[in-house]
This record gives sequence, C-alpha cells and structure tokens, in this order.
Amino acid sequence: MDSTGIRLDRIRGPVTPRNHSARTIAALSGNPGCARRAVLDAAGVDKQGLAAHVGFPAMAGQSQFAITRGNAFEAQVKANGCAELLTLLREHLSLPIREASYDNLDEVGGNTSREVRHAWTRRLLARAAQSGDDAGTLFDHPLLCLRVGGRPAYLEPDLIAFQLSGRFHVTEIKSFSVIDGQADGDKVAAAVIQSAVYVLAMRDLLAEMGIGPESVADQVVLVCPENFSNRPSAALLDVRKQMTVLRRQLSRLRRIDSLVDVLPPGLTFDLELDRAGVPRRLPAAVAGAVRSVDARYAPECLANCEMCFFCRDEAAGTTSALGRATRDDLGGIEHVATVLHLARGAGQPADDQAEVAQLLRTAARLRAECLGEAV
Amino acid sequence: MSTLVSLARAQAVDVGRAQPVATVRHVHLSGRPMMFVPLALAGEACAPLAAMVGDHPRAPQLLVVTQPRNRTQRFGFAAELADIVVPYIEGYLGDVEILPGSGRREPRTRCADAPQILMPNRAGVSFARLLGRSTRFRRAEGDYAVPATVPVLGRWLTFLAERAEYPGSCLMLAATDMLTMHWATGQSPVEDLNLAALLGWIDPPDGRTGPEAALAAEDPVRWPPAGPATDPTFDNEVLARLIAAGNQAAASGDDRAERRARVALEQALASQLAPTWRLLWRAADLLRGLPPGGHVAARWDADKDAVTWHAGQLRDGGPPQPRRDSAVTAARRLARLERVQAACAAQRAFDDPLVMAEHRLTGEAFAGEVVAVEPGRLDTSGRRAKLRPRVTVRTWDPVLVDEGAALISPARPRQDARVVSVANAADGQPAQVVLELAGGMGHGRTAPAGTIPEVGDFDCYATFSDGYQPPPAFPELEQTPWTHGGPPVPYQPVPYQPTDEEAQEEWS
Repeated sequence: MDSTGIRLDRIRGPVTPRNHSARTIAALSGNPGCARRAVLDAAGVDKQGLAAHVGFPAMAGQSQFAITRGNAFEAQVKANGCAELLTLLREHLSLPIREASYDNLDEVGGNTSREVRHAWTRRLLARAAQSGDDAGTLFDHPLLCLRVGGRPAYLEPDLIAFQLSGRFHVTEIKSFSVIDGQADGDKVAAAVIQSAVYVLAMRDLLAEMGIGPESVADQVVLVCPENFSNRPSAALLDVRKQMTVLRRQLSRLRRIDSLVDVLPPGLTFDLELDRAGVPRRLPAAVAGAVRSVDARYAPECLANCEMCFFCRDEAAGTTSALGRATRDDLGGIEHVATVLHLARGAGQPADDQAEVAQLLRTAARLRAECLGEAV
Repeated sequence: MSTLVSLARAQAVDVGRAQPVATVRHVHLSGRPMMFVPLALAGEACAPLAAMVGDHPRAPQLLVVTQPRNRTQRFGFAAELADIVVPYIEGYLGDVEILPGSGRREPRTRCADAPQILMPNRAGVSFARLLGRSTRFRRAEGDYAVPATVPVLGRWLTFLAERAEYPGSCLMLAATDMLTMHWATGQSPVEDLNLAALLGWIDPPDGRTGPEAALAAEDPVRWPPAGPATDPTFDNEVLARLIAAGNQAAASGDDRAERRARVALEQALASQLAPTWRLLWRAADLLRGLPPGGHVAARWDADKDAVTWHAGQLRDGGPPQPRRDSAVTAARRLARLERVQAACAAQRAFDDPLVMAEHRLTGEAFAGEVVAVEPGRLDTSGRRAKLRPRVTVRTWDPVLVDEGAALISPARPRQDARVVSVANAADGQPAQVVLELAGGMGHGRTAPAGTIPEVGDFDCYATFSDGYQPPPAFPELEQTPWTHGGPPVPYQPVPYQPTDEEAQEEWS
C-alpha cells in the first residue's frame, strides 16, 4: 500500500472501510470543491456514525415502502430471465435481439466475496466482448470496480448490461414513474449520473483488457414504471455530458494525496469503538479533527451528504449557507457580517470590493427608504 | 432573486428574524379558502395515504386510506375528496356578475367570486396535478366504474394545478411560495421549502429567535413534514405497523379489531397532518395582515374568467384536458405564460415600492424628487401646438436610461414620459433627468392639477409597463404543420366519453 493509503487508513481508524457506491460517486460531482467529503469518502469513513457522534445526526434514510416498491419492481422486471425487460427492449427501443442468455453474477458457486465476483464479472464480460457474435447476454448484478481517489471502489449496480451488435448497454432500473412521458427531473438526473458511473467503470474494466471504450454504448437504458401502473417502460438516455463531468471529478480525486498531504499529521476520525461498537472518543476531539479538513458547504449538501448538519452549523454566518444565488447576488462576499458592514457604508472597502460595496450601499438605502427606516 | 432580496436575507441572519421584501400583499386571499394537506405513500407515483381538507380552521376533515395499495380504496379516497372539493368549487359557480360590453364586445357574465385552494408547498400542488391526471379520464358506468364525482374532481384539480403555473394566479397556491414572495429568511431557498421552518423565521414563537424556531421545525417528530412525502421514520416505525395491523384485522373478519385498527391509523395520520394544517392557516393569517396590492383584484378577475370558462367546458360536455398538449396548444400556452409573467412582474413593481426598488437597483427604474416642472410647456414644432410639460427629477439611483427612452410612472400609468436629457451623478451631486410628458392630461392648454407631478413630489419612472401586448400569431389546430406532428386527432365522440383504455387505466 502506498503512503497515501496508509494515511487514509489511519484517518479512518481500525474499522472496515465504507464502500463508494454509484450514488456517493455521483454526489461527489455535485460539490467537487469539498475537501472534507473527498477525504472522508476516500478513507471510507462511516460518515453517518461520525455525524451522529459529533452531535449532528443525518436525517433518517428511506421509507420501507419506497424500498419495498423499488425491490418489487426490479424483481418483476428481471423475473424469468428478464422476460419483461427483453420484450421492452425489443418493442419500445426496437432493438434486434433474437434471443438472449442470462447470467446472474450475484454469486460465483456460492462465493459472494467481492474479489471473486469482480474477477468473474471481468472474465464473463471480456469473453462476451471478444466473442464478437450477436448473441445478446444479460448480466445481472455484475460487480464493477472503479478507482476513486486512488482506491478501488466496488460498485454493485442493480444493473444489467447486455450486449448488442458488439456493444454493452448499461441498464438502470428505477421505480419512479414516467407519467405521460414525463418524470421527475431530479430523479432522472440522479439516475443518469449513476448510470454514467457504471459506464465509466465498465469502460475501465474493458480497457484493462485492451478493449476500446466504443464497446460500451454512451446511451443507457432507463427502465421505469409507466404512468400509475407497474408496467415497465424504457427510454434511451445519453450520458456523455455526465461522463465528462465525472471523469474530470475523478481525475481531481486521483490527486487525493495532495489533499491528504496538507492535513495535520496524526489526524484521525477514529471513534475508538469498544467491543460493543460504542464510540469512546470525546465528541469534541472528533469534531476538532473534522474541522481541520476544509468543507465547502452549500444547501444542496442537505440532500446529498451525511455530514450536512455539522457543516451547515459550521457555515453559519456565511453567504454560501444562504445558497449560491444569494452569494452571487451579494458579490461573492464570504461573510454576512462583511456584507452588512459594506452595506452600512462603514469603513473603506477593499479595492476589489468597491463596486459591490457601492451596490450594497444603494440596496441598503433603497430598503431603508421603502420600509421607512433610518439608514 | 435580486441583490435587494439577498441583502434582506443577510439582514435576516443578522436580526434573527425574516425581513419583509414586500410592503403590500401580492396575492388574493379568499375570505373562505379551502386548505388541502395531502399525504402520499412513499415510493408510489400517486398513492394517496391521507389528507386534511376543509374551509374552516377548526373543522378539518380527515381522509384516510387504510390500505394505500388497494385500488378500490384509492378511488374511495378520490370520491370522498370529491364530495368535499367539488361542492366547494361549484358553490362559486351560481353567483354571477354581469360585465358590460364595450365597443364590439358583447356584455357577458362570469362568476362573482372564485374558489381558492391553498396547499402547504409546491410538492402538494404537483400531487394535486397527478391526482387530477389519474382520475379525470374515468367513467361512472361500465367496467371499472367510479363515482360520477371522481372524474369531475380530476378535471378541476388538473385545471387548478395548471393555473398554479400562471404567475399571479391565486386559485391554487403553495403557502411556501406565498410567504417567500413577501419575506426573506436567513436560510437558503432549499430550507425555505420547509413550511414550519419558514414560518419559524417569519413568526417565531415568543422567546425564540428565527433560527432557533427554524431548527426546532426540522425535527420531524415535533414538526412532521408538510407532505405529500411522509417522514421515513414515521413510515418505518409507526405507519408500517399500523397498516399491517389493519390488514391482519381485516383478514381475521373481526369487525371490532378492524375498527380499532382503523382508529389507531387515523390518529397516527392526523398527528402527522394537524401541525401542517395549523401552519397553513397561520400563513394565511400572516398574509392577511398586509394590505392588498393595487393589481391584485384585476388578477383575481382573470382567475374568475378562467374558472367561468372551465365550468363552461364541463357543462358543455367538453373533453378533459389531454395528457400532453398538442404542439399549437403548447406554444400558445408558453407564449401566454411569458406575457403573464412579464405583466405580473411589472404590476408587482407598480403596486409595491419595495419591489420597484429591485428594479431601481438594476437601473430599470429610478425615483427621486421632482425639482422643476414646466406645466404649461407647449410643443409648437408641429402644425398644432401640443401640451408637453417637462419635469426634472433628481435621483441618487443608478440611471441607465438613454435620451429618447420611453418611461412610465406607476403613479400615472397612462402617461408617457420621454427622456430629454440625463446628467449623471458626479462629485456628490445626484443625477438629474429631464422628462417630457405626454397623455393623460385632458385636452386643455394646461395640465389639470394631479395629472402631472409637482415640485417636491417623490416620483418614480420605470422602463417597463404592464401594458397590453398582442399575442403572437399561431396556426389553428387544424393547420399544425407536419414538422410538429400535423393536426392532432380530435376527441371523439362529442360530447366526450372516456375510452375503455382511459377508464380502465391501471392505478396500482
């Protein structure tokens, strides 16, 4: 293991590292400038446990009704060797699949270890790519691997990749509905970026075996329930844009060592769990350690990161905590106090703040005038 | 947003309480609004779980679906809701007012007042839209028959949710939208979507600051989410158990056990809904404290016209709103939305100096003291002398208008003011703008008092107005070009009857 790996291990402490998932990788692209999240994720720290220990537990996870519905829909689509899915691909997307075999990669001869499953996935996919015949194959639950921040992250997509005319297509099954051809934009965006992660991981995997990126289509198949029914419908979505974003993001993370290098030596987020799994380390000490890694809080974090409430508390009094639009309106000034100081016309603004200070003074005068207050 | 509103956010952080961003109320508030707080089952497209609905704060009606995945119960919910909402709406259709004709326009009648449904947030409005979509194509006889009121409810909900997209329309409003239009909090717009947190900033309980109240409001146990999404912990720890108990009791055939299970579920869901119900009424009360803006009544008249038109569609057996608009309808609708948006923004600025201040800050308007007036100035360049008074306005606002620009003063919207000259602010002196006025002064040789500003008046001039803009020309439906899919297939038969496929569409 390299020195960065050793540092990250110490940062995490003696517990099993958390896996990146397509969701966490996708979330990284949402707030690329956050060093705190990059380090925590690279080290595989249990952010949920960390946030709870420092007094800012994350919101409850998912409703069991949503989970049940998601699982039921996935099972329905995949039942009988993906019979429904095949019909869909033939009829809706007019894909010329004559017949298809089905490979479940959930386990390999009873072995469910990640390494074994990943190796098996590699072998099967490579063989399919090299055979070059038109036989479609559906791969259920392949285990992909993507290097994130220099460390391997195993991705357990509920995806199916099928081969068609020599190309793999990533298929993503989601249980949100498409009603009269329209679906919730946020959910589609999330599904698309997750699929992009899988495309990236598959291309990496095939590249290691000398197979070019063109063997994985940059269009993914999104399967969702249609209208108010449980009937699946499919749509092809282009993920090229998301791939570019992700690739840029991952290349930044590849330089995780430069982020780690500037951290205080001996830094660790180890909660010092006892045998019963109860943290013994003082919360204040842990919080201090977290604070030593810079965060870039934005209100969007509230939907994406377990550490959000800690970071929000820390960001109190900054304009970023009010949202990007507000911060931009206020000329990008970092602190609310500075904004109000400039708006009152107190003190001499710095040269680069002269223009925004003028704007803020006018704004403050107008507000006072309209509200009948003294300036 | 604007810098002015963003500054108000910064001030709210400083003071620990929301700051006003409007001095008048820009929405119409009915004397008898209907509040509608729906809850949906997580993970489903549109599975109603419960709702609190009614037009009196002390008399909410609770609707509960004991088995949210049961199709019959869903339509039962829709029918119960229809029995409350449809009579409420139809109660407004009988009373009409007569509008006198003018010129070529015939006199006509329209509803004297219109219904108003208030919802906690935009997600609630989306839920109403989906509920409308899943019920408006049903029919009352044949296979899969539903109560006759269900498709009527569906069409009204669809109509209302669609109107909610029109800026300035007040038939169906989200409380969070209404409040953020009038107050800026010290939190982000994302957090403003939480009604309890938003009201915490605007009107914190005694002894609490805005941020303290907002933080407390994020605790889903004390302040359950305002719906339609429920709190996942409630789902996992309470709801799942109660629904399972209900199913078990139903299977056992024990009536008493079934009733007990139902009551327990109703109580649990009522506890999730009641806090939001109270917040919704408080939001309305807070807004009622503001005087209405000058154009609010005119926009409400447009809402009354829309309701009258839709009621006519229903009465005449017209088809329900299509699943997707045809190309021409969609283009017309978009153009209308854009025009309404521009007009509504101008009206809000004309009604409210604090909103106008946002435009003054960006140079789209300016205001200041009138320092000189030539009330009897005549323009003699043409064949006949024309009354063209000039006024000089001194302003500290940024002035970005050019000579020759046509401006409007909110005080005299029928009068044109043309910029004659601009002297920019310099050396601690304010800018001076000379304007020439035309129109709105009668036909005499001097302008009557009150038709032009006087020296010492504080006057405002804007580069925009809410004046009539002719709609762009679109082809008739039958003339839809082939590039846009050709003419849409008209609904058959007339009057409308749902097809089997429509009436039997799954709702699972």
